[in-house]
Amino acid sequence: MNIVVLVKQVPDSGAERTLSRADHTLDREDADLVLDEINERAAEEALSLKDTADAHVTVVSMGPESALEAVRKVLAMGADRGIHVCDDRLRGADVLTTAKVLAAAVRRVADVDLVLAGDATTDGQASAVPAVVADLLALPQVTHVRKLDVGAGRVRAERRTENGEATLDAPLPALVSVTEKINEPRYPSFKGIMAAKKKPVDTVDLDDLFPDADDAGFLVTRTRVVEAVARPARSAGTRITDDGSAGRQVAAYLIAHKLL
Amino acid sequence: MSGAKPMKDPLDLLDLPSTLTDEEREIQATVAKFLSDRVRPHIGEWFENAHFAREIAPELGKLGVLGMHLEGYGCSGTNAVSYGLACLELEAADSGFRSFVSVQGSLSMFSIWKWGSEEQKQEWLPRLAAGEAIGCFGLTEPDFGSNPSGMRTRAVRDGADWILNGSKMWITNGGIADVATVWAQTEDGIRGFLVPRGTPGFTTQDIKQKMSLRASITSELYFDNVRLPDSARLPLAQGLRGPLSCLNEARFGILFGAVGAARDCIQAAIEYADSRVQFDKPISAFQLTQKKLADMSVSVGNAALLAVHLGRLKDQHRIRPEQISVGKLNNVREAIAIARECRTILGANGISLEYSPLRHANNLESVLTYEGTSEMHTLVVGQAITGQAAFR
Amino acid sequence: MPDVLVLVDHDGHHVNKSTYELLAAARRLGDPAALVVGTPGTAARLGESLARHGATGVLAAESAEAAEFLLTPAVDALELAVRETAASAVLVSATTDGREVAARLAARLDAGLLIDAVDLDASGVVTQIVFGGSYTVRSQVTHGIPVITVRPGSFEPAEHPGTAVERTLTLPAVDPAASARVTDRRAAPAGDRPGLTEAAVVVSGGRGVAGAEGFEVVEELADAMGGAVGASRAAVDAGYYPHQFQVGQTGASVSPRLYVALGISGAIQHLAGMQTSKTIVAVNKDPEAPILDLADYAVVGDLFAVAPQLTREVAARRAVG
Repeated sequence: MNIVVLVKQVPDSGAERTLSRADHTLDREDADLVLDEINERAAEEALSLKDTADAHVTVVSMGPESALEAVRKVLAMGADRGIHVCDDRLRGADVLTTAKVLAAAVRRVADVDLVLAGDATTDGQASAVPAVVADLLALPQVTHVRKLDVGAGRVRAERRTENGEATLDAPLPALVSVTEKINEPRYPSFKGIMAAKKKPVDTVDLDDLFPDADDAGFLVTRTRVVEAVARPARSAGTRITDDGSAGRQVAAYLIAHKLL
Repeated sequence: MSGAKPMKDPLDLLDLPSTLTDEEREIQATVAKFLSDRVRPHIGEWFENAHFAREIAPELGKLGVLGMHLEGYGCSGTNAVSYGLACLELEAADSGFRSFVSVQGSLSMFSIWKWGSEEQKQEWLPRLAAGEAIGCFGLTEPDFGSNPSGMRTRAVRDGADWILNGSKMWITNGGIADVATVWAQTEDGIRGFLVPRGTPGFTTQDIKQKMSLRASITSELYFDNVRLPDSARLPLAQGLRGPLSCLNEARFGILFGAVGAARDCIQAAIEYADSRVQFDKPISAFQLTQKKLADMSVSVGNAALLAVHLGRLKDQHRIRPEQISVGKLNNVREAIAIARECRTILGANGISLEYSPLRHANNLESVLTYEGTSEMHTLVVGQAITGQAAFR
Repeated sequence: MPDVLVLVDHDGHHVNKSTYELLAAARRLGDPAALVVGTPGTAARLGESLARHGATGVLAAESAEAAEFLLTPAVDALELAVRETAASAVLVSATTDGREVAARLAARLDAGLLIDAVDLDASGVVTQIVFGGSYTVRSQVTHGIPVITVRPGSFEPAEHPGTAVERTLTLPAVDPAASARVTDRRAAPAGDRPGLTEAAVVVSGGRGVAGAEGFEVVEELADAMGGAVGASRAAVDAGYYPHQFQVGQTGASVSPRLYVALGISGAIQHLAGMQTSKTIVAVNKDPEAPILDLADYAVVGDLFAVAPQLTREVAARRAVG
């Protein structure tokens, strides 16, 4: 079975985020960069399939040179090879461009059975990227999955959203995105860390992925930020220390503000 | 210069990580992450309850920590610097865990790996590397610490077998060990034996009421006419060189570990000093606190550079025992001073188990003494620079 | 006026409130055309209430298999509708499903995607709040038509009595090799409480609730206020409350009129999902808890003392009122 895992490097969660003044894209320079936590669980799901069945796992990441570390981390966890899409022209790529590039990278892997991704990353709102990759590759979209069974050429999955749960069934090849609840990722072993150095990683750019396309074809910017303003921190309002009547005081505040 | 970002890790002051390889950094980061997930949340409680978390051993085995610098037999085969960095992170969590790993990897496993027969290696190393089996190392005796050559534990021939009598004291992992490497006098000098748990006549007694290394097990071993086949003898070890070679391995881990304990104390002190307000400003903004923090950061930086330097020498196979003594002497001495100084920055809160410095200080009391007391290492260095032995 | 397509969020029988909000938003851009994707007969059931909330057209994209496949029928229907009606914009609720549908549609149309709008103006410039509420960004589409997901709770639904012209779209057959089949659906066990993203009041509990039993206090206050119950990631991770109620970066994003945080410290992950709430009330024992610094009304105190007292006050007022 050929499995592709899509991963992304993100600023360590908890770090403060700023937008660069020049182009309103996320400023990644100051923060420690790590393999996204939910993506790590996607990798774990691929590797646990590899533990029990004959599988070859390719990890794909799009990002600047430093993203190679995220690829290496998944190789250290046990993946077999990596594809690192690295191209300055992709800086600040939107959801659609990101998805098109990832889909093109997946196409470089022969006979893919399963594409795994995280259902969100902790650095942005682009939780729709996996769905778009599925659409572009004409694969069933099996997203927001908290439990996954793969076997006999099919996937069965439990999808969980704010609307409740759904059981999904789809033939392979398919794309699955997993939630942060699906598993506990393994730590890379020291042997894995040392072996990762010897595993192949293809570094590709846009010319490799789209040899026939002219840049304008897909690098077109489809949206523009007109204005970005740092929001004033919500100013602290009234603060009281409970003297035994705080519940009543809150009620009075809510009534005064027509919230009750 | 207010408003600048405080440096949370004093080792960043000298940009130590930039001297490491990617692989070394990744190994260090992996150990740090594991400990912050699995050990740090509980360590105060374990220390308080004198509990060794046995279940962590196989998890450390899975990572590849146990016997990590050994080749083959399921061991990871990393370089010495990586092993040191793992010890640094382990001791930053708690010296008890670093002690467990040092004894398992550098004393128990190394003694088998270096001095054992092929059969002994096959039997024990893979299980010890996986953390399925636990090992200990019996050299010190109640009456012979710095002077192991006087040991009373004795093995005598009885036909093809050996009969072992005596006792060992202050043995980390002793009470839970599946196999003990035991050093004993014989007709032809000091020899090592592998004594499996359950061998008739072999018993252990854990040492309670400790004020140090409470999250690891320290025991006394008793041997009462223990009959061992000759295949239990470590065939390649003869004389004190056998156990001393193992101690050098363990001391190497300790001189990195002490840096970790010191770093953890300083981090706790910086964080506390940033948030503790007295006279309307954080105490980190007072000169006396800054002097403490600055001096300690200089000291821990020096200790770290020394450790990495010695690690590089070890990786080039040209480290000498007195160099390890320099490292252990300096780094543990500095670490315990730092731990105590950090406690003063934490004020009364510093005596609570919620903060690490006093726990580290108490642990380091053991570390200062075991694997060669600071006094013995001073004399080793003294001998190296004067040519005069002043041990007795 | 050009048509602005609105994807109707429904359960087969009722239109979700977030759709009425979309219709209100769509009226700023043009004539709202409501697209109903469902099994045959659905549009007929929903048409009247859609018209009452401002839809000038109702597009029925109905087929027996529309509910059997995950999202693909909605994407297909929107794509078809855009091409057939020459719509000037598409509005979809920024729910998990809606975000995925909108992004797939935008990819097929090679159109600009604007995510999680909290406001929009007649020129199609939308307002977004990003990075856990730390930035307000205004953006517009520069290529193709705008496909906009709108954060629930950002617009007030309004009634605009009128009639809607009904049209039928013929859905293409779904390719089962390229779509996931939904074999079972189980609604979130919400009881009588409003949905998390729709509620005007959300009462959330965090680690300070200290156990599953402790959430009774949270639920009682939510019920007294007619609100939804939420939970922080810490509370969910600790097993105090089910995951579907998680508010934050990796859970639901909410912007109710009133958000009450009980025993929540205010990690950036959590703030990202609730900082756009109009009014925030927080109760925490720890005077250092970051959430107290951004609350409109902050109480340093034990939630188990403050919340029940507040519940009694609210109940008393309800009884009188």
